[in-house]
Amino acid sequence: MAEVTRGAEPFAALYGRNARAVIERGFKVIRHQNWAVMVSGFFEPVFYLLAMGLGLGGLVGDVTGPDGQPISYAAFIAPALLATSAMNGAIYDSTWNVFFKLRFARLYQAMLQTSLGPMDVALGEIFMALFRGFLYAVGFMVVMLVMGLVVSPWAVLMIPVALLIAVGFASVGMAVTSYLKSFQQMDVVQVVMLPMFLFSATLFPIDVFPTAIQWFVQAMPLWHGVELMRDLAVGHLDVATAGHALYFVVMSVLGVWFTASRLRALFLR
Amino acid sequence: MPVIVARDLTKVYGDNRAVDGIDFEIARGESFGLLGPNGAGKSTTMRMIGGTLQRTGGSMLVAGLDPAERGPEVRAHLGVVPQQDNLDEELSVRDNLIMYGRYFGLPYSYLRAKADELLEFAQLTDRGKAKVGSLSGGMKRRLTIARSLVNEPKVLLLDEPTTGLDPQARHVLWDRLFRLKEVGVTLVVTTHFMDEAEQLCDRLVVIDRGRIMAEGTPRQLIRQHSTREVLELRFGADRNAAVVAQVEDIGSRIEVLPDRVLIYTDDGEGALEAVTTRGLSPVTSLVRRSSLEDVFLRLTGRSLID
Repeated sequence: MAEVTRGAEPFAALYGRNARAVIERGFKVIRHQNWAVMVSGFFEPVFYLLAMGLGLGGLVGDVTGPDGQPISYAAFIAPALLATSAMNGAIYDSTWNVFFKLRFARLYQAMLQTSLGPMDVALGEIFMALFRGFLYAVGFMVVMLVMGLVVSPWAVLMIPVALLIAVGFASVGMAVTSYLKSFQQMDVVQVVMLPMFLFSATLFPIDVFPTAIQWFVQAMPLWHGVELMRDLAVGHLDVATAGHALYFVVMSVLGVWFTASRLRALFLR
Repeated sequence: MPVIVARDLTKVYGDNRAVDGIDFEIARGESFGLLGPNGAGKSTTMRMIGGTLQRTGGSMLVAGLDPAERGPEVRAHLGVVPQQDNLDEELSVRDNLIMYGRYFGLPYSYLRAKADELLEFAQLTDRGKAKVGSLSGGMKRRLTIARSLVNEPKVLLLDEPTTGLDPQARHVLWDRLFRLKEVGVTLVVTTHFMDEAEQLCDRLVVIDRGRIMAEGTPRQLIRQHSTREVLELRFGADRNAAVVAQVEDIGSRIEVLPDRVLIYTDDGEGALEAVTTRGLSPVTSLVRRSSLEDVFLRLTGRSLID
């Protein structure tokens, strides 16, 4: 009997087909407050761009762009900062934020007392994280435009690509959160994220590293995000660009599958 | 046809058997209690009823559905009041009711009127626009209960509904729960307060260490496991144990607690007379009717509230 129901409705235990309500709640909260939090997430990459791009850029001068042409240092790091900010936002939302709402605000506990299932909560929260990422990406593009760093119409694709990067990191991040039991363990996430930002050819070209380290960096997701953004910023598209995009498509598919398989462990504990 | 049926229900965490093979049935419209000390497995049982915790073994049917397989559908019929309030601190009092209704997929046209009705029920009509954080403990508890009614549930699960409230707030809450009972809502209540269990429950199970120790109406349980009256004597902390030998034969049973001696008898006044004629002069003495606390003490050898 139980086996029959399981076969007939594989998602009946986890999905109430109402992720929309979780999204409604997210927008209601955004409308009423949280502007300080929203705005701080926008300014972080902008500050990096001003300090590094203009400040440090004055010392560095021009560097070689993806198509072999010289570009300003600010134009070199701006796409990398956008990729990093998409990563950081997605990781923050899918680890700290999920963990806090799960353990301390008990928001998800309340949601799961209703006819929502873990899948509704996960989908709704990922959507809200992407919406936030979308706002940041648009804001950052405007800054790049004002600073004269956008030179190709392809650059408009940097916005959807920022979302793709965010889906990849958020889906994996949520699955990782299902294994975490304390805030101390969250620090481990930071230990992975910071070096990834510093060494993924974000602030300097990858060829400063010895070959072995280059391979390692090229295996990391952020490097692909950075290269993808850089190609789009100047409109230099080739097979490698498609490869970087494919990396994130595969990462997102695996991440969503991984998170879906961990929903019970994440929410029903 | 019972609305909830649990058979051999088990939850194991590592080597801790939090719920250790319990069986119970709850009839429609009944007010059913799970009485036991903290850590007995009451909340764990409640969460398995709602399907928000995976059981390790046994079976469970709520309104004919297995909550582990059909959680969202089962919970559409349930109202849940958790042990710790989990109100949405980022929303106003009224929006807490409305958004919670949205989680059930209910339309705004229904929810706007329902929210007003529930605010009145919770005596919070004038606080609708306030932030949840500004409410007192009793108000939060009433709001949590009001929120659990937004989907007009057939079954209301109340986990320690009045823990942490002052006596007046408790009585207000009990009054609200009586009204629900009157209109036919099935109540499932966990508590470690015997007076709450006696007030609210038609029938209850006494749980200790994940097992059911006894089952019945409060009156049946008291009749089966205790005497009609109890004589409570206090001789002072260091003397209680010393006088036991001298009063042992007076009642049908005697319990020595750290702060008092309990003599179980059907005639409390007679027992007190017997104590004083033996030349003993307790600091205080009290004759009272047996309660569920005495049942619990008898069944487990421990008090409910440590």
